Amino acid sequence: MAPDPAAPAQAWRQDVFDVLKAAGVKHVVYVPDAGHSTAIRLAEADPEIQAVVLTTEEEGIGYLAGAWLGGERGALLMQSSGVGNCINTLGLAACARFPLLMVVTMRGDWAEFNQHQNPMGQATEAALKLMGAMVWRADEPRDVAPLLRGAATMAFEGDGLCALLLGQRLIGEKEWVK
Amino acid sequence: MSGGTLDRRAVVAGLLRDRGELLVVSGLGSPSYDVMAAGDHDLNYYLWAAMGSAMTVGLGLAAAQPHRPVLVVTGDGEALMGFGALATIALRKPKNLSIVILDNGHFGETGMQPSHAGRGIEFTRVAEACGFPAVALVTEREGIAPLRRRVHAMEALNLAVVKIEAVNLPRALPPRDGVYVKNRFRMALGHRPS
Repeated sequence: MAPDPAAPAQAWRQDVFDVLKAAGVKHVVYVPDAGHSTAIRLAEADPEIQAVVLTTEEEGIGYLAGAWLGGERGALLMQSSGVGNCINTLGLAACARFPLLMVVTMRGDWAEFNQHQNPMGQATEAALKLMGAMVWRADEPRDVAPLLRGAATMAFEGDGLCALLLGQRLIGEKEWVK
Repeated sequence: MSGGTLDRRAVVAGLLRDRGELLVVSGLGSPSYDVMAAGDHDLNYYLWAAMGSAMTVGLGLAAAQPHRPVLVVTGDGEALMGFGALATIALRKPKNLSIVILDNGHFGETGMQPSHAGRGIEFTRVAEACGFPAVALVTEREGIAPLRRRVHAMEALNLAVVKIEAVNLPRALPPRDGVYVKNRFRMALGHRPS
């Protein structure tokens, strides 16, 4: 059964969008993941936000660099597997110190049914750090809003590469056999 | 058709003549040298790495600056690495975005190995299949002035493939300090560094 976004334990899903909105984000660029579905839906419905679906995650790094050159803030939503696709392109943000706010839903992290997700899931945090990103991790619903707010501050006020990982314990087990 | 006969420096200089409000993003390698050779400018952003990102930087810039024309100047090799971006951009259709692919059919920076474009992939057909509202193939010098007018018209997302000669010209090196280039670009648009 899909999580009910109205349930208190699922309020973090709304928090992700609310924090991005409050941080002045005008561009939400994403490769879809079930864990981001609420933020994506709200971003697509918000007339002040340009929601942009990507074919691959590294497109978002270029897009957000361009938006920042033009004076606007954005955020990249992706799954942990997408971090692997981003590695070389993260060098653009690192070298020119473009603010880069990433929200990453984890796979291969906890209670993962599909073992093929495990190598990238286990390497996600280290891979981001190898490329110069600062990384935070939320496994409890109450931690999502403050950690994302802090990451947004350090991205937009400090020209930082900042990633918040949303753990699989937070998102919930994916139901494979229905 | 593998590459062409046009002089890439003359093509880019022609496109950037009397540039007005134009914002420019250049792909790594020779397109950045071509843009630099036409004259350094605060409103140029030169990519030195992140191959495949020139078009997406242009898309984000066009989205944030909808009242200014944005021109991406890149090569066939760089554009191939960002192939999926053509689909992403085609969905957005920013009217102020123009993409110019300088196609010599080769990876010029790495020893002139024939590229996919040089082996039969035509970006004009790819862009048409993706739904770009305006697509042009430029093989003659006379095509540059109309292309420049389309860039400034901001009437429709457009992509042009310009068939250039496969030669390596003397490099005109843009500044490599990304923070400097980024911040001077933002400041020229009236934004603070951060």
